[in-house]
Amino acid sequence: MSQANVTADSQAAKAVLKANKAKKRRQFLRALFSRKIVLVSAAIVMIIILVAVFAYQIMPFDPNKPSVRERNQGPSEAHLLGTDEFGRDVLSRIIIGSRVSLIVGVLAVIIACIIGTSLGMVAGFFGGVVDDVISRIAEAIRVIPQVVLAIALCAVFGGGVVNMSIILGISNMTVYIRMMRSQVMSIKERDFIMAGRLQGNSNLRLMLHHILPNSVSPIIVTMTQQIGGTILAEAGLSFLGLGISTPTASWGTLVSGGRAYLLTNPVYSLAPGFCIALLVICLNSLGDGVRDALDPRLRGEL
Amino acid sequence: MADRHLLEIKDLVTTFRSDGKEFNAIEGVNLHVDRGEIVGIVGESGSGKSVTMLSSLQLIASPGRVAGGEVYLEGINENLLSFDSDSEQMRQVRGGRISMIFQEPMTSLNPVLTVGYQIQENILLHKDVTPEEAKKRTIEAMKMVNIPDAETRFDYYPQQFSGGMRQRIMIAMAMAPGPDILIADEATTALDVTTQAQLLEMIRDIAKKTNTAVIMVTHNLGLVARYAERIYVMYGGHIMEASGCKEIFHNTKHPYTRALLRAIPRLDDPKDRILIPIDGLPPVPSQRPPYCPFYARCEYRCDACKENTDYSLREVGPDHWSSCILTQAQLDEKAEELSHKDYGASPERRQNSEYCLKVRNVRKYFPVYKGMLRKKVGEVKAIEDINFDLRQGETLGVVGESGCGKTTLARCIMRMYEPDEGEIIFGGRDIAHFKDKELKPVRPKVSMIFQDPFSSLDPRQSAGSIVGESLLIHHLTEGGSDYERRVDELFRKVGMDPAMKDRVAHEFSGGQRQRIGIARALSSNPDLIICDEPISALDVSIQAQIINLLEDIQAELGISYIFIAHDLAVVKHISDRILVMYLGRVMEIAPCDELYEHPLHPYTQALLSAIPVADPVVEEQREAVPIQGEVPSILKRPSGCPFHNRCPRATDRCRQETPQLRDIAGNHQVACHLV
Amino acid sequence: MARYIFQRLGQTLLVLLIVSFLTYLLVDFLPGDPIAAMTGGEISGETYERLYYEMNMDKPVLVRYLLWLKDAVTGNLGMSASYHRKVADIIGERVPVTIYLSLLAFIISVPLGILFGIISAVKRGSASDTAVTLTANICCCLPQFWLGILFMYVFAMKLGWLPSSGFVWPHEDFVMSLRQTIMPVLCLAIGGIASITRQTRSSMLEVIRQDYIRTARSKGLKSKKVIYVHALKNALLPVITLMGLRLGGLVGGSVFVENVFVIPGMGSLLVNAITSVDIPLIQGCVLLIAVFSCVINLITDIVYVYVDPRIKMA
Repeated sequence: MSQANVTADSQAAKAVLKANKAKKRRQFLRALFSRKIVLVSAAIVMIIILVAVFAYQIMPFDPNKPSVRERNQGPSEAHLLGTDEFGRDVLSRIIIGSRVSLIVGVLAVIIACIIGTSLGMVAGFFGGVVDDVISRIAEAIRVIPQVVLAIALCAVFGGGVVNMSIILGISNMTVYIRMMRSQVMSIKERDFIMAGRLQGNSNLRLMLHHILPNSVSPIIVTMTQQIGGTILAEAGLSFLGLGISTPTASWGTLVSGGRAYLLTNPVYSLAPGFCIALLVICLNSLGDGVRDALDPRLRGEL
Repeated sequence: MADRHLLEIKDLVTTFRSDGKEFNAIEGVNLHVDRGEIVGIVGESGSGKSVTMLSSLQLIASPGRVAGGEVYLEGINENLLSFDSDSEQMRQVRGGRISMIFQEPMTSLNPVLTVGYQIQENILLHKDVTPEEAKKRTIEAMKMVNIPDAETRFDYYPQQFSGGMRQRIMIAMAMAPGPDILIADEATTALDVTTQAQLLEMIRDIAKKTNTAVIMVTHNLGLVARYAERIYVMYGGHIMEASGCKEIFHNTKHPYTRALLRAIPRLDDPKDRILIPIDGLPPVPSQRPPYCPFYARCEYRCDACKENTDYSLREVGPDHWSSCILTQAQLDEKAEELSHKDYGASPERRQNSEYCLKVRNVRKYFPVYKGMLRKKVGEVKAIEDINFDLRQGETLGVVGESGCGKTTLARCIMRMYEPDEGEIIFGGRDIAHFKDKELKPVRPKVSMIFQDPFSSLDPRQSAGSIVGESLLIHHLTEGGSDYERRVDELFRKVGMDPAMKDRVAHEFSGGQRQRIGIARALSSNPDLIICDEPISALDVSIQAQIINLLEDIQAELGISYIFIAHDLAVVKHISDRILVMYLGRVMEIAPCDELYEHPLHPYTQALLSAIPVADPVVEEQREAVPIQGEVPSILKRPSGCPFHNRCPRATDRCRQETPQLRDIAGNHQVACHLV
Repeated sequence: MARYIFQRLGQTLLVLLIVSFLTYLLVDFLPGDPIAAMTGGEISGETYERLYYEMNMDKPVLVRYLLWLKDAVTGNLGMSASYHRKVADIIGERVPVTIYLSLLAFIISVPLGILFGIISAVKRGSASDTAVTLTANICCCLPQFWLGILFMYVFAMKLGWLPSSGFVWPHEDFVMSLRQTIMPVLCLAIGGIASITRQTRSSMLEVIRQDYIRTARSKGLKSKKVIYVHALKNALLPVITLMGLRLGGLVGGSVFVENVFVIPGMGSLLVNAITSVDIPLIQGCVLLIAVFSCVINLITDIVYVYVDPRIKMA
């Protein structure tokens, strides 16, 4: 093969490579959105995100402005979902409340992922005593039901968006520890890790350059599957009065606040709850979609 | 209506659906089986041999679908494919008249049901007997396949048996209702060679006794040469050639079969035989051309081949069928032409009198821990008393069955493990107990080529960075353009286009991946490469390419190889000397030809005898050396000579005293009291 | 086998020890002065000092933990600050209620979940599969507290069929008890039914792909028999694990349900304890719930040994 040929070939090969990557992305997206449910869910999640981002532009009223004359009204033309006990517009409070759910959900999942993934990787990679200690502690945390653990942590950390994220991150991290540990244990057995060792890679380099990149898919799948549950947990804690406290509007506190006025304005309590359910359902089915699209073996199964 | 044959498959077509496209996995397969005969179906992976069998029984699972064709079974006047898959008629055929055994004994039995239940169920389904009678027959069937204590084992679960035993149970289950045909789909591929030989021998005996026809589906040409009476050769979803066993091997017609026979190493090969690899790759089923699927790789191809789309079997001799359109005269002419083609001589080895490696008394035990507090309760005696030398530029073959310790030995030499005792003298220094820091300069000098090309390359890294990684780690390059140049050079050395270095592992075929693995092993300029079953995961038509590549590299660079494999034919082809291991100990070391012609250790003899030669005439003349039982678990190694409980000649001394490796003649060492 | 159970028992004890320490440590980190919280802050310096030493506040945390553990093992969980009664007594009153409701929910959700799961796996791709899967996917995401309020609004307030809250034991007033438990139990069960359905379905589909199912089909067994004899037994094994997890999860769920329907159980007790920073009560509740979960895990594992022959061999 002549030199000129090689260059031409290598350019052609690069083009093929690029096309391949694009094709793979297209394949993933096609697999992801091949089911209508996933497409609809993605659209709804997108809308909720947009609402949260442009909350101030969308809201009809200031969510925190009380109005004595308009207390406890049912839905009307001015207040589509009525008003609360202080006369604040429920719709506006729901719109602004979407921010709390999304921020806490994402933040908590990231915190859980960072802590859990690193602990799981260390446990799986080194095994032995290190693994024993981490696994035992993780198991101990896991036996306490997640809600109970989060409630107990609430007592220590207190409420608020950042604290909630930390609390839910900690109470959720065992999922990542378990996932990552088993992931690393199976990757570790594969020959390319042995090859990497033989070439003189250090442990840290093996973990960061060879094991972590190969665990990206399961990490992403776990994160997308956890985010719904995390949002649900935040709403639950806020509902109990332990999470986000008034005057900050969150969907959980709204459900709880509206409880006393079920007879006069049922929408006050039921509408934010519906939003939570909708968001969580859509996130979970999106998560299932991502999992199926990333794992061809399961494609079309669930 | 054809009822001349016991089973007749006509124009069978099966399609698969993937990514929204439908393609034919097999296209118009015709074959027949007569009562009591043993028929072999050989082909590489993806050739459609298993699909043919599953389709004829309507066992093809989604996304596959039988799209056309007819299947007739003696005594049933209708096309079997016209019945519904779950119909009474079809179910009576399945298991009752045609039974099947599969490749994976570990997963083919239901783990939550006892083996007795699973065999008995098959009898009750197809024979009108009481459960008591069925149980009696189950136990008889288990005895027939030599399962000791069949009465007690009736209530055992599959996981209480070894792989070989489970496959015996599968055979008992398949044979219990007295079928007319037994299909063995790669039934012994996952087992040790000695177990494989025992099981096939047993299947043949049972089949001949009960006049059952056997269809052996396999990729192993040696096995069909030894056992089959008639052979179908499949490639790319078609039958290429069909005839009697000796016809196929000695009056080969189809260019594919011819090429295959020239590409595989044989146990009885002369030392200087060259393997002639088949270029290219088997076609992907979804991109198969309308003409002969072998066209692209065929040395006999001509323009007429490409224009011809009807390549169904045509009779080319008495009961000899081939799908090739070339006439005998054309084939002969082309063969004559090819015989003058220069395939290069067998590469010359540049052996050196200097030693590359000396291994002395190496021992490695693994502690077994139990319980929460990790109390040490025992040891796995992985390897002990290992002694051998390796000269520069020499290839030492290491053979043995599962649990023989060949992998542990390799890892000790690589210093992935620290041996408990002994010396490993490499490059003049004993590296057996080097610390990590001292090992660092040694690491680039020893490389490894792995068995599974799918797990040995990091799926997230590009081929180029896989090959170049150790250049960077060991600072073997000045970086920049020098690095690129070195990587390109390595790619060329293993016969790959450097333009492909940006691709990731799964974009390559198995053979290409193995080439990348070899390039990686070469990247640090090693003195020694340990090849751990480097070709056993590859298709037969690809194996020769890799073997030749390894030989060329050795001739060029003078590297020493330790070549680990379970396939003695391949080891014999590539090695200068062979070391035979069994349950962690060296049994025999001898130069290749010496070992093949005068094996001294009873285990070596049995091992050699268990490996079939791809030539029915040679097979007929070979003497079978009996061997008892299966390789025991390494945890239960017998005292004394580890082989004594399977050795037909064992004495009391063998049971008590472990034989040491002794020099017999010049270069031949053996560990046996009886020699 | 006995050894395996014994070993699992040891592991459980170890885990419990860690849990109890974590619990103690966690509560020890509580912001604010525990003595002030306990007494309401209106005490003299003298009493404060006396309490300080009584509660061993001068000793290191590990010592305090061991002292607390010693008491806890003998059933002495201390005095509740907000109820002014023994923690053990309060918990003793509350636990049966929660267990009663959880067990009812559990008994409903297991057979229904398995049934739906099998139906949708066997009829995979059909309309009934789609309906079951979709419903299950939705139901396992519904917030229990919202579901409770929705039920309350519809069945108690709008339709007036059921009482909106409260709890009495069946032996006290059978009809009333039945009417009162319907909504809370339903709330607790819906998520369980949904997740057991999902797990059963996916593990059935996983098992159907296995080699031994092909073997069973190659014997000429009817598809029905392949599914109910060969596949189901294997497919239900992972469901057992999930059932154990669910039972633990029900206790967590009871926090919300008891809150919504004003039921005096462990869940509402825990919330009260947290809001009034009642340290001994928090410790007692969390510890007890952890013990409960551990015992469930242990039982699950033991059941597993009896059902799965693979473990029996090991």
